[in-house]
Amino acid sequence: MKADVAIVGAGPAGLAAAIAAKENGAKRVVVIERESHLGGILNQCIHNGFGLHVFGEELTGPEYAARFEDKAAALDITCLTQTMVLDISPSRVLTVVGPQTGFCTIEAGAIVLAMGCRERSAGALMLPGGRPAGVLTAGTAQRFVNIDGYMPGKEVVILGSGDIGLIMARRMTLEGAHVKMVLELMPFSGGLKRNIVQCLDDYNIPLKLSYTVTRIHGAKRVEGVSIAAVDNKGVPIKDTEEYVACDTLLLSVGLIPENELSRGMDIKIDPVTGGPEVDSHMQTSIKGVFACGNAVQVHDLVDFVTEEATRAGAAAARYLFEEDKAIAYCPTKAGTGIRYVVPQRLRLDGDKKTLFFRVTNVFKNCVTVARCGDKVIARKKRLVCTPGEMESLCIADEDIQGDVIVSVEEA
Amino acid sequence: METRNLTCIVCPLGCEMTAQMDGRKVVSISGNTCKRGENYARAELTDPRRTLTTTMRVKGGGRVSVKSKDTLPKGKLFECMTVINAWEVQPPVKIGDVLIKDIMGLGVDIVATSRINGV
Repeated sequence: MKADVAIVGAGPAGLAAAIAAKENGAKRVVVIERESHLGGILNQCIHNGFGLHVFGEELTGPEYAARFEDKAAALDITCLTQTMVLDISPSRVLTVVGPQTGFCTIEAGAIVLAMGCRERSAGALMLPGGRPAGVLTAGTAQRFVNIDGYMPGKEVVILGSGDIGLIMARRMTLEGAHVKMVLELMPFSGGLKRNIVQCLDDYNIPLKLSYTVTRIHGAKRVEGVSIAAVDNKGVPIKDTEEYVACDTLLLSVGLIPENELSRGMDIKIDPVTGGPEVDSHMQTSIKGVFACGNAVQVHDLVDFVTEEATRAGAAAARYLFEEDKAIAYCPTKAGTGIRYVVPQRLRLDGDKKTLFFRVTNVFKNCVTVARCGDKVIARKKRLVCTPGEMESLCIADEDIQGDVIVSVEEA
Repeated sequence: METRNLTCIVCPLGCEMTAQMDGRKVVSISGNTCKRGENYARAELTDPRRTLTTTMRVKGGGRVSVKSKDTLPKGKLFECMTVINAWEVQPPVKIGDVLIKDIMGLGVDIVATSRINGV
């Protein structure tokens, strides 16, 4: 099989990339999706708050996904569902297996990687104790409740205050469970303020900051957890340890970009984001291979995924018609108070560019600054910056004269 | 006079606000940095409302996701959940289909947010 643009994943990133590729002139656009339906994780995110930036209205996850599914169908984009990409070669040949295709290869003019991310699981935390039933990630619990209609437990403790954990605290409560508490290792929550208020405060669920689970109790089923406060290095303080009875422990302890395929084709991965290094066209270290969405960096809002994927899809289509000419690049770097910057490389092609980055801590009354040498090329005043909310700066191409360093400073 | 603490959700700053209440009347609000914070606090203290999102059982198996078409009084959410959980819907379902009209006489419909194909 041949494709102009092949897209791996039909979540919000994959669908937006496919639509943009088609709208920018790619004729045969093929989306390959492992699940039986399109829309990815949005289908289980039944809460609202999606689409404020893209559509100017508040939608639920399934409604947001449906808009892109309908558009993809109208544009005659081929979607291969229940189809797994097994391997991608650096020369852009995908090996796939699925009910419509059987075992086959797809030769693609350009590829967009949109695999999304996975949740950090219990095994990654090295929690002492057995492996009883009742320990699951918040996303798994969300699938059980919202898609399958099963309640995974009655007395619940949640470790980690990421947004999915907060959303599930409310969801489990509404369905009759008793959510006893949410524990967060850090002194601040990684979740959106709105979720802390509307998912925890609304239901009087305590959020214990600088707290962690030190042991899981129970043989066949979780019977309880030991919890303790942690010091400023994250080490549990022994005399604060206490026992909390529960039958379920939900984990919301971080998301990891899914890049098994990218690694298989030796794409350069940023050790901080866990996603491919990309340029300002979302092109990876391999020519003609683009990446977007949570596979590149974990986003807080799906609207930003859509925006990023639209750029990736458009760039993939343009790549098909572009002559192969040398382009100069300048790298971006994370300076003081910045964890990472995406894109990692800027194409000096005359276009305006946006830098996306996260801060390392909570900063109040600060400025975010982009510099080239001593010259300030962008600057934004911020009342508050938190690691949970992605920041951005716009820069002009003609200002880029070397490494671009982003930092956060006192106002 | 009663004192109420609340966190503003209008922007990421998340101002911690304090309000003085005389029964159901808001006497004063402090701690906010802007006018939008005060408006949020007034609405939240006098008539807190939320959009309810949940799922409904589908005849023949599975669930369909639903939402309240408009916001519901916060104090009525659990009762609305009981009503929705006692309901069952016959497929096919389209996005936006009204599944429960005027739930509990609150003037708000429960509508589908996902589609279920007929069998």
